[in-house]
Amino acid sequence: MENPKILSLNALSKRFGSVVANDAVSLDLHRGEVLALLGENGAGKTTLMNMLFGHYLPDSGSVEVLQDGVMTPLQLGHPQAALAAGIGMVHQHFTLALNLTTFDNVVLGSEPLFSWRRNRAAARAKLLAIMEQSGLVAPLDTPVGQLSVGERQRVEILKALYRDARILVLDEPTAVLTPQEADTLFENVATMTQNGLAVIFISHKLREVLAFSNRIAVLRHGQKVGEIATKDADERVIARMMVGADTPVTARETMSPGTPMLTLKDVSVQGQSKRDSLSRASFSVHSHEILGIAGVSGNGQSALAGLVSGLMRPDRGTVSVGGTEISRPNPLTMITAGVGRIPEDRHHDGIVGAMTVAENMVIERLNDADIQTRGLLNRDAIQANADRLTKDYDVRGPGSDAAARLLSGGNIQKLILARVFDQTPRLILANQPTRGLDMGAAAEVGRRLLEARKRGAGVLLISEDLDEILGLADRIMVIHDGQLSELTTRDREEIGLSMAGEHA
Amino acid sequence: MDILQILLTDSFWAASLRIATPLIFGVLGALICEKSGVLNLGIEGIFAAGAMAGWMAVWLGAGLWGGLLAAALVGAFFGLIHAILTVPLGLSQHVSGLGVTLFATSVSYFIYRTALPNVTSPPRIESFQALDIAGLSDLPFIGPVLFQQTAMTWLALLMVVLVWYVLERTALGVAIKAVGDNPDSVDAQGLSVYSLRIGAVMAGSALMALGGAFLTMSAFDAFFFGMVNGRGWVCIALVIFASWRPGKALLGALLFGAFDAFQVRLQTEVGALVPGQVFLMAPYILSILALVIAARGADYPRALLTPWFKGQR
Repeated sequence: MENPKILSLNALSKRFGSVVANDAVSLDLHRGEVLALLGENGAGKTTLMNMLFGHYLPDSGSVEVLQDGVMTPLQLGHPQAALAAGIGMVHQHFTLALNLTTFDNVVLGSEPLFSWRRNRAAARAKLLAIMEQSGLVAPLDTPVGQLSVGERQRVEILKALYRDARILVLDEPTAVLTPQEADTLFENVATMTQNGLAVIFISHKLREVLAFSNRIAVLRHGQKVGEIATKDADERVIARMMVGADTPVTARETMSPGTPMLTLKDVSVQGQSKRDSLSRASFSVHSHEILGIAGVSGNGQSALAGLVSGLMRPDRGTVSVGGTEISRPNPLTMITAGVGRIPEDRHHDGIVGAMTVAENMVIERLNDADIQTRGLLNRDAIQANADRLTKDYDVRGPGSDAAARLLSGGNIQKLILARVFDQTPRLILANQPTRGLDMGAAAEVGRRLLEARKRGAGVLLISEDLDEILGLADRIMVIHDGQLSELTTRDREEIGLSMAGEHA
Repeated sequence: MDILQILLTDSFWAASLRIATPLIFGVLGALICEKSGVLNLGIEGIFAAGAMAGWMAVWLGAGLWGGLLAAALVGAFFGLIHAILTVPLGLSQHVSGLGVTLFATSVSYFIYRTALPNVTSPPRIESFQALDIAGLSDLPFIGPVLFQQTAMTWLALLMVVLVWYVLERTALGVAIKAVGDNPDSVDAQGLSVYSLRIGAVMAGSALMALGGAFLTMSAFDAFFFGMVNGRGWVCIALVIFASWRPGKALLGALLFGAFDAFQVRLQTEVGALVPGQVFLMAPYILSILALVIAARGADYPRALLTPWFKGQR
């Protein structure tokens, strides 16, 4: 790299209690460069960047930033200092005030607070010039709450650029975008780097890392395990760096679909808003079949999931499970009909955090004869059940009599998988089943879903992760604006266009 | 006199504005606190403390404007207590607010009793008098309604404009609205969430105390027990009615003032037929109804009641 170095992280370490989040991580960044920071969940990527931006104070190590031609140490633990040194960060969860306009969100904090007048004209001119130069466009005078996710992200980047950022950190920037929006983002990033901006982007998606970065640094268990120029890398090499071994490729046998397990006929659901409504959906999921529902979140997935899990009632149309029409869908009738449910928000909807792991494992079948007799719980049976399931599904944590909320995200998901799969459901609803899981845990979810398919269950897989759908699903439907449409193609580009509603 | 004719008398409209004055201060104060994300149920007690502090300062010879300053400072002090408990310490805003109300009310009564242990009729002060602007107060109708009010009513109206201006036209207002919507947005831009919220709660509480001071320094000229009489709670409801907008806050306060003035006059009209308590209830029932209608589309500050802690994201 010919360009001068503008940032170096020197042996940064951070521990939270007994957990080492970062262990002496060093990184260099050059002007105009895109550095991808790659690693599984919990590898320490975000912690590292939060130290750079001053949200966390490192236990040891230092940061140097090029200022006026000299590498100057950065005062750590102060976001103000990082901002002043030209470091801007776009968090995974946007830090925008939805009631304010784009303009106010961008300018917030850069004006003197105690002044009777704001110099809006000058700020506006500067912002327009930045928009022009970077190609990032967002409506200035609209409340951010009315903008799309892609636009909100652009506002976040504009915030950093407005503060004269020379180093931009993007934390999982594509997690919430359609493939097309992601492409636009990376085009913008390319324009900005030509103007001298240096970008660090955090990701666990190999494809985009390979496509859009100059250099890749891989973190595992808080340590930097490798650094490689992107032109010398391929998926297999970096995947091995990330997990420390070759990822097991889940074999997917071909199977012929059997009888319908779930059938929706002309079903509409009217939710609170358009985001959770479904209009006139008709489809079937058959035995030995995984139907993948692709789409950007907020396009009716929650209505579909609510319907199949019995939480929402259809306004019109019929729902049948295993050929029997469910006249009054509620959670109990759906469970009794043989639907296993893996909810989207596993912490909130999947477990009762204050109850024990063992209790959570039987929570959907408290009326079963082996769990209770005459209204009294059979503690021994519940414990035996928990012992068996924790072993079979490798649920790790402080023990089956500990509160379920103490488990890590991956282990909570294993708990839910154990509860659902152990009942051999006819139909499995898996809503974003691997979101936030690391590669090992995600592969486990995929393996279990394929196993259920082999056994003869039907699987309805709702996911924003296109790679997951392409890897698991037999058929693919796209949901956009509450409308479902079946796709015959498995081409990423075309699926992406349908997800954006470009053509039906 | 016909019931509808009440609406045409200038004394009715003058009374409405007079009754609305403390509510205007109170609603604006509660609005500022809530815009920053902090519900301040200390308002009822802060009213009492403001009434007490303003009156006592004047009684001790501080002068009327000195009295207002004293009331505002005492209000800001109780606001600081509420803010420390709810902002950096992140305790329940409901519990802390009710605690402040109990504390501020009792401490005011206590000081009053300690200062005047053996008084049966409360000592009177020279309160704010109607502001007689030459010529204007003699105008028909408009004169008595607008130009025979005290300086405090004008101060209240001025505050409506001031609060609106600060919230909508200054960088400080933008920051207060941002911290009430998403504190992370403020933190990420290098501003202090704690300072903004504590400052907003103190400023809001100072305004509430002025509302209380109006009672002892303009409406009456002495301090009584129980004189706040639920006005603070009415303000909390009116903020929702106003959808957190200063202009609509003024409207809500005036509406409540009008209900109250109307029921007093109605009592003298048909008092023989209906028990008086029904009339006393009327403004509250009507404001509940107005609230039900207006609050349906209310746009709550998103971070209202949610504590924020530095370094937790």
